[in-house]
Amino acid sequence: MSPGDLSAILLTLKLAGATALILILIGTPLAWWLAHTRSKLRWIIEPAVALPLVLPPTVLGFYLLILLGPAGTIGGAWVQLTGETLAFSFSGLLIASVIYSLPFTVQPLQTAFQSVGSKHMEAAATLGASPFDAFMTIASPIAIRGYITAAVLTFAHTIGEFGVVLMVGGNIPEKTRMISIAIFEHVETLSYDEAHRLSAGLLVFSFLVLMAVTILHRRAPVRAG
Amino acid sequence: MLILRGSIRFPEFTAKVDVTAPISGIVGLFGPSGHGKTTLLRMAAGLERGHNAYVEYDGEVWQDDATGIFVPPHRRRLGFVFQDAHLFPHLTAGGNLDYAARRAKQGRTDLTPEQVTEILDLGPLLHRRVQDLSGGEAQRVAIGRALVSRPRLLLMDEPLSALDLRRKMEILPYIERLRDEMDLPVLYVTHSLDELSRLADHVLLIRDGSVVAEGAVPEVMQRMDLGPMLGRFEAGVIVEGPIVAQDKTYAMTDLAIGDQVLRMPRIEADLGTVVRIRIRARDVSIAIEQPAGLSIRNVLRTRITEIFGEDGAFAEVLMDLEGTGLRSRITRESVDRLGLKPGMSVFALIKSSAVDRRLIPGGGKRSPNSSSGIIPNA
Repeated sequence: MSPGDLSAILLTLKLAGATALILILIGTPLAWWLAHTRSKLRWIIEPAVALPLVLPPTVLGFYLLILLGPAGTIGGAWVQLTGETLAFSFSGLLIASVIYSLPFTVQPLQTAFQSVGSKHMEAAATLGASPFDAFMTIASPIAIRGYITAAVLTFAHTIGEFGVVLMVGGNIPEKTRMISIAIFEHVETLSYDEAHRLSAGLLVFSFLVLMAVTILHRRAPVRAG
Repeated sequence: MLILRGSIRFPEFTAKVDVTAPISGIVGLFGPSGHGKTTLLRMAAGLERGHNAYVEYDGEVWQDDATGIFVPPHRRRLGFVFQDAHLFPHLTAGGNLDYAARRAKQGRTDLTPEQVTEILDLGPLLHRRVQDLSGGEAQRVAIGRALVSRPRLLLMDEPLSALDLRRKMEILPYIERLRDEMDLPVLYVTHSLDELSRLADHVLLIRDGSVVAEGAVPEVMQRMDLGPMLGRFEAGVIVEGPIVAQDKTYAMTDLAIGDQVLRMPRIEADLGTVVRIRIRARDVSIAIEQPAGLSIRNVLRTRITEIFGEDGAFAEVLMDLEGTGLRSRITRESVDRLGLKPGMSVFALIKSSAVDRRLIPGGGKRSPNSSSGIIPNA
């Protein structure tokens, strides 16, 4: 395997890991709010969260590129703050991935929180647990399957993304070149052997991840009711 | 003293709530299903907000929408036993108790978790997974969990209604033990007259979110005007008396009601124990002369105090039995044929088998004196 491919793999894993971590942190309060709110605002927020599921990645990538570019609102402020551009950087990729993979974290968590329901939280409150205490000690452990699903799906989905990554990150070796882009390039240059190696690796990896989730789901105690 | 005021919106109606309850011992919130008993309880706990609500307990304001005061449930230091246990599924039974114990503050009940475990007989359950507990066991753990949190007030929302009769009978003695051994005020929601008569000292009759009658349990039970509320077949009275004799040959027990004796299927208790029983109006017949050759063993001398005719075929007759009220539901035709009138001395016939053993509650540790002389107040 070429050093270029290896660095693409490491970079991809780093991006996927960071995205999953950030999304669990952001997604938890968002999913909790969606699962429990009666606010009308949810009719806007909920479809907005799901948007990346249906939008062509290039559309999302295009707008993100405008937003994150030096002339964009966020990109401009970033340049002022750090002196570097967000577009075509790892940080820019991370922001794009977080938005792109949002539904893969929020939706499993929301479903899990909804099935926890309010009864256990109410019981905890009457036993003297504050809402935060009850969330940490009751809702989260009961929703553990939702967390496993959310983390794995987000991680795997980020590894496989292409359109958004290409639009926002470009193809800079060691900086923004991800596995999927490396494969694309190998195919373009007709180096099918290298393309095979990466593709087969991704295939096996994806299968193993999904198998792990299936097994974990079986093992994690059923906590419905 | 617990005060609840405000309004609650139900799907079908909006109820104005106005409840003031002296809270000591077990206070029953009684009434038909769907009349807001549970909602009242949840309002007291702060799990339901209501509208323009005011909640006060023991001089402490828990909610006052007029001034924006709302003490969240976890700061009210109360215990809540839900209809189905609501045990935390990711913890063991013991883990559930520990969860409550870790968050307990100095409370009114100073029972240690060990004592609670002992009273409710939870020892063998502690290491079990919550999913492996039977309904009755789970409810016992839930009651224990609420107690371990050292509440100042225990709210119980139909804690036995999800259980079958056998499990109910399994738990009732434990709740009785709590009542007798702990100095903890309890608000107990139920629509079961049996539970009410067996457990509660004081009762609030709830209809549409409001109290329509309240008082000591035996008094409220014999009020004629509440007949429709209590349900036709449930109408009856509660009679208390000490055990004066046990007949081993026929497995019968004699209770003294004043100077007279009420004979019923055997109750396992010592002589002198005061027993509360419920006699339903439909199980009492009336004779104007001492009848002979009858299978009914209980023929008691009573005096008619009031007769309530209804539109239909039936009439309800209220009698005075040694200072205790007794109700009989007979046809209006019988009232006329026998010429029954208030003031008449008659014989009340009560079938022994009508006093269902399951309906025979223990009278706790009350002394015979404190509960005698129930004067009809209809």
